[in-house]
Amino acid sequence: MDAVTGAVRRVAGPLVEIELDGGHTAAMSEQVLLGAARVPGEVVAIRGGVLTVQAYEYTGGLAPGDPVIPQHRPLSALLGAALLGGVFDGLLRPLAGAGDWLGGSGGAPDATPDERTWQFTPEADPGDPAPAGTRLGTLAVCTAVEHRVLVPPGLHENRPDPDGYGAPAQPRLDWIAPPGQYGQHAVVARVGGEPVALSERWPIRRPRPFRRRLDSVTPLHTGQRALDLLFPIAKGGSAAVPGGFGTGKTVLLQQIAKWCDADVIIYLGCGERGNEMAQVVDEISRLRDPRGGGRLAERTVVVANTSDMPMMARESSIYVGACVAEYYRDMGYDAVVIADSTSRWAEALREFASRSGALPAEEGFPADLASALAAFYERAGTVQTLGSGRGSVTVLGAVSPPGGDMAEPVTVHTERFVRARWTLDRDLAYARHYPAVSWAASFSRDAAALAHAAGFGPLRERLVLILARADRLADLVDLVGISALPAEERMAVLAGRLVREGVLQQSALSETDGYSPDRKTAALAEAVLAVIDRCFAVARAAGPVPVESVDFGPLLRAREQAGPQDVAVVEQCRDTVLAALDALAGGEAPR
Amino acid sequence: MNTQADTDTNTPANTDTNTPAAAAVGTAVGTAPGTNWPYLEYTGVDSLRGPLMVVSGVRGVGFDEYVRIRGQDGELRYGVVAEVQEDLAVVQVLEGTGGLDPAGTRVAFSGTPLRIPVGLGWLGRMCDGRGTPVDGGPPVMGSRTAPVAGRPINPTRREPPSEPVLTGVSVIDALTTFVRGQKLPIFSVPGLPHLELATQIAGQAAAGSQPFCVVFAGMDLTHADAAFVRGALEERAAVGELILLINTSDAPVLERIMTPRIALTIAEELAFVHGRHVLVILADMTSYAEALREISAAREEIPARRAYPGYLYSDLAGIYERCGRIRGLPGSVTVLPVLTMPGGDITHPVPDLTGYITEGQIVLSAETAARGIYPPIDPLSSLSRLMRNGAGPGRTSAEHLPLAAQLLASLARARQVRDLADLIGADSLSRTDRGYLDFEDAFYKLLVDQRRTENRSLADTLDRCARVAFTLPRSELTMLPDRMLPAGLPSGKEQERK
Ligand SMILES: Nc1ncnc2c1ncn2[C@@H]1O[C@H](COP(=O)(O)OP(=O)(O)OP(=O)(O)O)[C@@H](O)[C@H]1O
Ligand SMILES: [Mg+2]
Repeated sequence: MDAVTGAVRRVAGPLVEIELDGGHTAAMSEQVLLGAARVPGEVVAIRGGVLTVQAYEYTGGLAPGDPVIPQHRPLSALLGAALLGGVFDGLLRPLAGAGDWLGGSGGAPDATPDERTWQFTPEADPGDPAPAGTRLGTLAVCTAVEHRVLVPPGLHENRPDPDGYGAPAQPRLDWIAPPGQYGQHAVVARVGGEPVALSERWPIRRPRPFRRRLDSVTPLHTGQRALDLLFPIAKGGSAAVPGGFGTGKTVLLQQIAKWCDADVIIYLGCGERGNEMAQVVDEISRLRDPRGGGRLAERTVVVANTSDMPMMARESSIYVGACVAEYYRDMGYDAVVIADSTSRWAEALREFASRSGALPAEEGFPADLASALAAFYERAGTVQTLGSGRGSVTVLGAVSPPGGDMAEPVTVHTERFVRARWTLDRDLAYARHYPAVSWAASFSRDAAALAHAAGFGPLRERLVLILARADRLADLVDLVGISALPAEERMAVLAGRLVREGVLQQSALSETDGYSPDRKTAALAEAVLAVIDRCFAVARAAGPVPVESVDFGPLLRAREQAGPQDVAVVEQCRDTVLAALDALAGGEAPR
Repeated sequence: MNTQADTDTNTPANTDTNTPAAAAVGTAVGTAPGTNWPYLEYTGVDSLRGPLMVVSGVRGVGFDEYVRIRGQDGELRYGVVAEVQEDLAVVQVLEGTGGLDPAGTRVAFSGTPLRIPVGLGWLGRMCDGRGTPVDGGPPVMGSRTAPVAGRPINPTRREPPSEPVLTGVSVIDALTTFVRGQKLPIFSVPGLPHLELATQIAGQAAAGSQPFCVVFAGMDLTHADAAFVRGALEERAAVGELILLINTSDAPVLERIMTPRIALTIAEELAFVHGRHVLVILADMTSYAEALREISAAREEIPARRAYPGYLYSDLAGIYERCGRIRGLPGSVTVLPVLTMPGGDITHPVPDLTGYITEGQIVLSAETAARGIYPPIDPLSSLSRLMRNGAGPGRTSAEHLPLAAQLLASLARARQVRDLADLIGADSLSRTDRGYLDFEDAFYKLLVDQRRTENRSLADTLDRCARVAFTLPRSELTMLPDRMLPAGLPSGKEQERK
């Protein structure tokens, strides 16, 4: 595998052209190692005898004539028990054991080998039919999710087939290892003559197979009221978070990573800040898992490709993330991939395309930007797995539009492929209304069905109407002043404010309110709606009374005062304000 | 090109026979002091265009290598390999190719990307944009060299920033505290005193009693500005706490591509090997980006927004991300880029992409400057995203964060009141609202406005914050815990009744 069979011909940044010696070939997507430093690369185009390679590390010093070692296998990631709790680079190589600085003259992170072992418990017997997806046993990896050892897909794919009969239609389990401690490369079974190890290599660009797609109306509970109430997504759905710098994309996605009710979280820092990565890793390793009692980090996989790391590994990191998610989906779990930011990935595509002389489309992006985006977001879905279980991959991607321009290509194309768009608004962020999710510019294609499934249906409808009406009136208020409006309209403006400040605002920094479970979300929304109803009633019944002068503070502070489970506190706050309204109306409760 | 049947006869002329041993020592210090030049010089200059030179017949030349060019008149220039293909190398010449004659030009390839000597020898030195001393002193030497391109920091080895860098500028220390290991830019517009502010910070900044130093990288500075910076920072240079690199406006434009990288390479060694907290000031990054655009255009690359190259984000990130702290190592690198927004447009690619990389921003306001206030910072559009990590109990003071939150919230309210007052007249305002106008006055007079040489202690700054806050009645100070409110403060309710 390590024979030099080619040479470098041209180097322009991450773009390297190579030629192979006579008689040697390489296929598209195959991995090659370049130069003495063995910079990993991938064949992305073949023209005549010249192969174009995308290099995944710094190519400084690489010269024409330098040796090339083809790997004769597609660029693939090592999937296995070592993933959970780990931090990896854009090619899924562990960063934990690597040095303070990466890749001297372009070498791979010199990670120390992972020597850990895990307890394997076999669950199948020799002689059992064992097609891909069959459960062979479990590994004790962490308390919150059980690591299931399955017969991997494609096990018999590359088997020589001299007789032309094809692989056995129903391979059987030949042998299975006894219970015991095993390392990640240990072989624990033999199926249809092929060894099954505790980890497998999977080509990152190839979606992992499943039986069929399922329709899913199970909401992904994010714990963020603005999303769960107004723009929910399904497990197996996808959402984009476009927003200018500083509007809160990272904070929002990190909140979801910490609190959503998926089983496994894949957090992908793609071309973003090193300090942010350090902080998120630090936080999840300290956070108690809301389920299971371990640490949240134990069921999280972090892929870190910060903006100072090689640009092309941003391109691969997106697929690596999807691959890892599918690996857990296939075990029957709900996995969530969070990519911050997909715009940096698209920039890597653009950079490479421009160096390879591809004809540019909009703003220099390659013409296949849309299909590349589709290929990523389409890896979301709820499926029936090969083992006949049910699993899902949810994809959430931040988009960083240049100049905050929502008409730029990445934002525009992404919208076509996602089920929801959570647009972050600069004005809201500037006014410190967090999360700055714009209710006017966001959408969720499955909102009605999901809100219904979560029991938020009627609440959602009312909130949406109230916000829309208040927005329509806002321009009028700017023009003529609030006092010039009739009572009914004044109440509508007030209602908008109460919904925004009492329900939608939610500080990620808050001890009590960073995460809002459904019960609290519903309680707050109901409390605010009850107060709004009473405001209208008082204004209608009691004539010209200054409803706005009532102290709504208790209601607006309820979200901070009530802990995640304190529904009673919310109700108290509501009652305080209702009483104040009644007092204003003259002591008697208006109807 | 593994078939080595290359007609070797094409290249023999390249061997430079005039300079045997001498060239090997050729450390024309400051220009490339970390480089050992080979004897071999190529003569096959095929074409010259703008900053680009194509050399043919080369062998074993690697991408990004540093290059020395000897003109027909013997004058030395330097460059970087931008692309290699078979026996051709495309070289970006830092000084441009003007005046070069392909026939007489000889080119040497260093065999590696540019390296410079690093170490304590830099402290107190004043240099041009390429690190050549201009202070009359000897060349800078070091026991080690380091590549100026830098290397990515393993994100799992980063220590999240904490602990402040205090600048002695009240409004910054109070409301947008710098944190060691952070990158926080100043966004300005031409004509505002951003260079003065950056220089003041360079002169005053400190990290408590810990060893501290400043690397100031000036790009595209006029001679007058360069003289101002040099004069203002003389004292700090004299005590060995400052390194000055200045690329003046008349120096080669492409030299600016190197300046911030050299500054950061010097800083990293001082921080992570010699344990200093280093503040790197990069002024002005807009000029840097223009130099990058110039090269990109010469290379006929496909432009992205406003003709800047598509890789501007990654290129800037490669500079700004070199800040930070590293687990188990002493010191820190904090980066303060200064940039002017052409036409005051914050969506211009340079401030926009910078904002996407940095951890907050400090925005200067022409309107505040027009009122004669220095530094003319707009606190409401400024934000230090890491402030919470660097300020508070044990770092600055327990009162700091509540005071800052209160001042910003009250200032926002004051802005609204001022807009209202413009509309309906100050007399029609409620008493509380009028209080906000007084608050705003006090905010700018007591806290923000400061002399250009005034170095305020943190205690003084926080005391001013409190005095400004307490111009408002108790009922308006909802973000301050009771223990912080002085006994005699009017409640606000009484005030309203009067
Ligand atoms: N939900 C929130 N609660 C409290 N503060 C928030 C919230 N969202 C954002 N912020 C504030 O806004 C700042 C910027 O947020 P964030 O880093 O998420 O922005 P971003 O959109 O990711 O920006 P960039 O594109 O530059 O990465 C945070 O440091 C924090 O101060
Ligand atoms: Mg972000």
